[in-house]
Amino acid sequence: MNDMTNKWIGQRTIRPDGADKVTGRAQYSADVNMPGMMWGKVLRSPHAHARIRGIDTSKAEALPGVKAIVTAKDIVEFPVDKSVMLGIQDMRWMCRNVMAREKALFHGHPVAAVAAISEEVAAAACALIEVDYEVLPHVIEIEDAIKPDAPILHEWNKHEGKSSNITGTMVLKTGDVEAGFKDADVIVERSFTTRPVHQGYIEPHSCTVSYAADGRVTIWSSSQGQFMVRAMTSLLTGIPQSNIRAIPAEIGGGFGGKTIIYLEPVAVMLSKKSGRPVKMVMTRDEVQRATGPAPGSMSTVKIGAKKDGTIVAAQATFYVQAGGLPGAPLRGPVGCSLSAYAIPNVLSVGYEVVSNRSKVAAYRAPGGPHGAFAAESVLDEIAEKLGLDPLDLRIRNSAKPGDKALYGPTFGQVTFKETIEAIKAHPHYKAPLDRNPRPGVKRGRGVASGFWYNAGGESSVQVNITEDGNVVVTTGHPDIGGSRASISNVVAELLGVEHSRVNVIIGDTMTIGFSNLTGGSRVTFASAMVATASTEKVIGQLKERAAKIWNIDAEAVKWEDGMALPAGDNAGKFPPLSLKELAAKANEMGGPIGTQVQLNTTGADPGFATHVVDVEVDVDLGIIRVLRYTAAQDVGRALHPGYVEGQIQGGVVQGIGWALSEEYLYDKNGKVDNATFLDYRMPVCSDVPMIDAVMLEIPNPKHPQGVRGVGEAPIVPPLAAIANAVYDALGKRFSALPMSPPRVTERLEQP
Amino acid sequence: MTDIRYLAPRTLDEAVGAFAAAAGGARILAGGTDLLVQMRAGVAKPGTIIDIKKIPEMTAIEDLGGGAFRIGAAVSGAVLAEHAGFRKAWPGVLEAVNLIGSKQVQGRASPGGNLCNASPAGDSVPAMVAAGAVVTIQGPNGRRELPVEKVPAGPGRTNLTPGEIVVSFTLPARPKGSGDAYLRMIPRTEMDIAVVGMGVNLVLEGGVVKAARVGLGAVAPTVLLVEDAARALIGSRLDDAALEAAAAACRAACKPINDKRGTIAYRIKVAGVLLKRTAAIAARRAGGN
Ligand SMILES: Cc1cc2nc3c(=O)[nH]c(=O)nc-3n(C[C@H](O)[C@H](O)[C@H](O)COP(=O)(O)OP(=O)(O)OC[C@H]3O[C@@H](n4cnc5c(N)ncnc54)[C@H](O)[C@@H]3O)c2cc1C
Repeated sequence: MNDMTNKWIGQRTIRPDGADKVTGRAQYSADVNMPGMMWGKVLRSPHAHARIRGIDTSKAEALPGVKAIVTAKDIVEFPVDKSVMLGIQDMRWMCRNVMAREKALFHGHPVAAVAAISEEVAAAACALIEVDYEVLPHVIEIEDAIKPDAPILHEWNKHEGKSSNITGTMVLKTGDVEAGFKDADVIVERSFTTRPVHQGYIEPHSCTVSYAADGRVTIWSSSQGQFMVRAMTSLLTGIPQSNIRAIPAEIGGGFGGKTIIYLEPVAVMLSKKSGRPVKMVMTRDEVQRATGPAPGSMSTVKIGAKKDGTIVAAQATFYVQAGGLPGAPLRGPVGCSLSAYAIPNVLSVGYEVVSNRSKVAAYRAPGGPHGAFAAESVLDEIAEKLGLDPLDLRIRNSAKPGDKALYGPTFGQVTFKETIEAIKAHPHYKAPLDRNPRPGVKRGRGVASGFWYNAGGESSVQVNITEDGNVVVTTGHPDIGGSRASISNVVAELLGVEHSRVNVIIGDTMTIGFSNLTGGSRVTFASAMVATASTEKVIGQLKERAAKIWNIDAEAVKWEDGMALPAGDNAGKFPPLSLKELAAKANEMGGPIGTQVQLNTTGADPGFATHVVDVEVDVDLGIIRVLRYTAAQDVGRALHPGYVEGQIQGGVVQGIGWALSEEYLYDKNGKVDNATFLDYRMPVCSDVPMIDAVMLEIPNPKHPQGVRGVGEAPIVPPLAAIANAVYDALGKRFSALPMSPPRVTERLEQP
Repeated sequence: MTDIRYLAPRTLDEAVGAFAAAAGGARILAGGTDLLVQMRAGVAKPGTIIDIKKIPEMTAIEDLGGGAFRIGAAVSGAVLAEHAGFRKAWPGVLEAVNLIGSKQVQGRASPGGNLCNASPAGDSVPAMVAAGAVVTIQGPNGRRELPVEKVPAGPGRTNLTPGEIVVSFTLPARPKGSGDAYLRMIPRTEMDIAVVGMGVNLVLEGGVVKAARVGLGAVAPTVLLVEDAARALIGSRLDDAALEAAAAACRAACKPINDKRGTIAYRIKVAGVLLKRTAAIAARRAGGN
């Protein structure tokens, strides 16, 4: 069921959420209102690091219009000595992130929350809450947090026997690096830093919650997983999952940042205490201060190669920020940065470092870009030293099917080389580059590659045939990258009906089976697989109904072009039965037609990407602009090519922001100084060229349509690709991001 | 929670009367692209808002002949852009006004608001300073005039006295051989705030600079008129030495701060670079006139 003659799979069908979004009808979570609803507001720590000695809420409670106040006392406590995991999240840290307990760990850390008759009254009440803080010295940057005399965030945490801000370590190893480096003809070792960057979703976190008198809770919220919302809220409030109905609202972007929750358990407790529905909406300022971001990092990568370009050894050390509480994405840099290459001797080590900034959250290929920035920059230097084309160096060292990956499994299909060759053959890579088009302007070209794990996991899909013979599909995943459009293409194709007859919706936690997060490049992979299984079952039911009507064996019926037909001449001669006709007879012939399939999907092989970029540098002003960008990626099968391109383009643009302009700035008190979209500089449309997405469709043999995850791999290469292009333009390597104008100017004055 | 009174008077006298009567509790509303943002952020909490867009004089564009213009303080950037005569006479002022914000913001944002908001980084202000614009001010004690550069007093502060409203900008007549230009350095390509803003206005005669004015923004508490830079240009043929001297004067005039938008060293360097680039554009335009 996968070829280029497909009628719907591979078509740019109209997106199911399009009309609602462009006409303003789409319901985001802040659009939900209820009678008698209260507004919830969070009081946030004005200190970067402080012990909370006491909280006096009496004055706030006395303010007219205040209905409830919540502090850490109202949130279930998970003691620090016993880990309770939900997916990759440890509830010890989640309970302390949604409401500070012993300590406020960053400026903006929630300390209390109020529900009141209006946002203004709630804000006024927050100002009346008296918190007794013992202000402590704070630490923001990694290099400061790992100094021996650094202020310690969590005294109970020990590293090498001493209290430390290093809260986790990860080591991956193969062969013997010492021996490997002895064989090398050339060795390059460099250190790099990247700054924390926010996911930058347009829609702030928000939720509306109703705790009813019978103890049942309804939550409308925007997230990357309603089941995650349910489970985390249950854990943090003690309410059983069966009493929580989490309804996924339309989502205005997440990029990983909405795979955890901030407001929901707080709103639930406010609603429970006040007996009223409660709505909470973060401001942009709160989003920037207290949610996300991706961590900053400090890394050192050393690679050794033979004269012919064969890499013989690689060693990498990554320090990755966790924010105020543990939980940094170490597996990103440690596991991904070298995994696309067949290197006999590797030692890859990661340390997670806590400091007084907001707890990091997943961000598109968590940790992947950090590692690739370092490794792919060093590879560029090796290629230069050896006089090799940087793409040829990568081809020579590409991992192969059957190789054991650094992170454990044995590779099945490896399509890395194909992405490199696609760039090598692309007109962009061959186009002449005018290196000095005007005085004071220099241009350069760079390449880099990227690797991401991809994932399968749990997914549920219900397919129902309506009484009038059309199709309703319910999936359990919030749609942030076009999953509804892709699933409707798949179901229309399999059933052989017009695409307009298939409607895909997202169910809530009480209407669809468990489905894991929309993240990890997994949702289209997993839900297309499960939708296929579900649709095939429905086709089986339809064939049975036809067989019953014709009084023949179900095996003697085939399904083609939306109709049941006798499978061959032996089956007898009957006029075909359409979906509409079978639906009309459904009840007489055995009842409603439809089924739900729930699976833990496997077979999501890794994603590979190779990018080439041309940059232009205004030397006197230090401004770098991206002129042309081409991104090649193995996408398996593009169920809906428009969305696949969108994923690649979006990932690249985010990478451009990361490379050139985005960073958190802190003042001396440890307060974020640029918590607005004006000063937190994500690229705007005019900052980036049209990103040319080269989709290589090499079917994933483990998936019914050949799908491979595409959402994350495209953000992995841009940081290094751009840095390599800037080197090509200026002859200077940049080891610190972002390459913002003041930094570029400063660097140009250095040797 | 607190009520806000909204007034939209039809005459300046009414506006000034209401503004003065509110004794500090009122704010003038032109396009609102600064004021409303500040109110939402909780920085401004006016009890009364006085919308001046219904006052004809404040939204008029008057062609005074010979390239001289009077522009109402509340004229929006989009309306100004449609005035062909103005565009020809003052392309630098117009490009500065039109750099403010986006298409949407342009439909509202006014040069009067840009000046009275008193941000050192306001884009139209250095161009107006270079143009030699004079503002007409009306207050409880009548009318007065001030050169544009005398209006800002510091970040967010002006030299307007209580109850005073900026009515219009008057730009002088343009001799033959005039040209002006505005450039700003921003890290992005749009939707950003000037790290340095540079307005240059030149009059050339036979390739020699007869008159020059240089307005420099975002490098000091207020937008600066850099007279030393103008002096370095006057009498020259905009040769490298003169440009370097003018650039040096701009660098010397900078009193910037290190902040999230730029470092001291970076801003100073950029001031010099922009002087040269802006002067080149102004000269090209002057050559065409
Ligand atoms: C998205 C966005 C992007 C922006 N980009 C830019 C930019 O690129 N460059 C830039 O310089 N600015 C920018 N701004 C700021 C703003 O748009 C400008 O400063 C604009 O010129 C303000 O004009 P306004 O008419 O909207 O002023 P308003 O908001 O109406 O007024 C601004 C201030 O001046 C006072 N005021 C207004 N008119 C008068 C008057 N006639 N007499 C006395 N006081 C008066 C008001 O009380 C208020 O304090 C941006 C704003 C936004 C929201």
